[in-house]
Amino acid sequence: MKNYFVLAAAVLLFSFSATAQKYFTKTGKISFDATTSSSPEKIEGVNKTSTCVLDTKSGAIQFAVLMKGFLFERALMEEHFNENYVESNKFPKAEFKGAISNNDAVNYSKDGTYAVTVKGKLTMHGVTKDVETPGKLVVQGGKIQATATFNALLADYSVSIPGLVADKVAKTAKIGVDCSLELLK
Amino acid sequence: MNKRTINFFLVLSLLVSTTGIRAQDDDLLKLLGEEKPKKERIKYAFKSPRVINSHSMEFLNPGTMDFRILHRFGQVDQGYKNLFGLDQASMRMGFDFGVMQNLMFGFGRSTYKKELDAFLKYAPIRQSTGPWSSPVTVAFVSGITMDGLPWADPSRKNFFTSKLGYYFEAIIGRKFSETFSLQVAPTMVHRNLVATEATPNNVYALGVGGRLKLSQRVAFTWDYSHVFIGMPDSGYYHPLSVGFDIETGGHVFQLHFSNSTGMNERAFITETTGRWGKAEVRFGFNLSRVFQIKKNKKHKE
Repeated sequence: MKNYFVLAAAVLLFSFSATAQKYFTKTGKISFDATTSSSPEKIEGVNKTSTCVLDTKSGAIQFAVLMKGFLFERALMEEHFNENYVESNKFPKAEFKGAISNNDAVNYSKDGTYAVTVKGKLTMHGVTKDVETPGKLVVQGGKIQATATFNALLADYSVSIPGLVADKVAKTAKIGVDCSLELLK
Repeated sequence: MNKRTINFFLVLSLLVSTTGIRAQDDDLLKLLGEEKPKKERIKYAFKSPRVINSHSMEFLNPGTMDFRILHRFGQVDQGYKNLFGLDQASMRMGFDFGVMQNLMFGFGRSTYKKELDAFLKYAPIRQSTGPWSSPVTVAFVSGITMDGLPWADPSRKNFFTSKLGYYFEAIIGRKFSETFSLQVAPTMVHRNLVATEATPNNVYALGVGGRLKLSQRVAFTWDYSHVFIGMPDSGYYHPLSVGFDIETGGHVFQLHFSNSTGMNERAFITETTGRWGKAEVRFGFNLSRVFQIKKNKKHKE
């Protein structure tokens, strides 16, 4: 009987510690760049209100971003992005759900820079695709800086570029992630 | 049930509850809680700040300039002799500027009557969603026109103010869905000088404009003004324009048929002489090119 209580206590402790090992941000930066050599201007947008949660225990990592939150240098580009390309009203959110494959290699309690591989599913414009990318985690003073850059083929996500501007917009968008994660209490 | 079994279930339930916590890991983002709904402005009700002739409920983005070249050709009923009106053209060249998301101004000049016009447009209420939202956009336009023709009768004493006309307009519009937008616009036009004593100086009209999106880049638009008070007895008609907005990258082409030649409020509301029923309509197009004159630095650190 005593054993059961010890077990229960252990399980409880374990679960409490598990919940305390999540890091998050609501002001993560996600950018994309679809500029090609023949683009007349830079085609890039930045979203600084992305949310991200990282479970250091399991290595699970998730992102969510509101498409309308992408800001552009040119208002017309922003309009075309929302209205014609990603159809923000129909598909307001993009999400990534995945995990750090080499989570064991990261020592979250020790400051340092760790190279990681993130694998998961990216949902954008109503289409879900597998994504795998190298990334970097910088653990410093109880905070985690997570950065990664990867390419997404626009056609994979049914984002169609009209023929008239086909040579001015890159077929693949370079997506950059830069999030400063804090401990979730 | 003995004590042992009770304890067993106690532990089991604890285990289940803790695994329950761990199962939530599937959706880590839920841990951050639901975002409170924010007030969000409904954008892009019309492709352009003009429906066809009339001002639309939409505004230019701050820091942009819209260079507009408008053409109205001759009446279609002139037949092949004048290539269905294409041999003649009347135009207006205009520059509109976006100051704030709800404030813009512009000016232009038309070949018709060599008229200059300028306007200021402001929306106290924009259609939005979320808390404290409004189902409609309410905008006000105030404009002035100046006739550039020589005096009709140079022998009489002429005043500069006689060249001027004014218009005041309220636009109430709503983007009902992604594809359908509709607006009504009560308008008053005042002319300082009119041709005859019987012609009223003030004209009151109600404009109805709409857009039906046919595809991502093509929309069907219509723009009608019904003149209630101040319409002369003969020779003048209510202006109606129907057409298509075609968007190609940086340009918006508005191709349409209209029974009016005038391209400012004074001209098309009070001086439309064509009849749709008699094919006295004209082909016309508006070309709108938006330039970013002040770049948005919001996305830079």
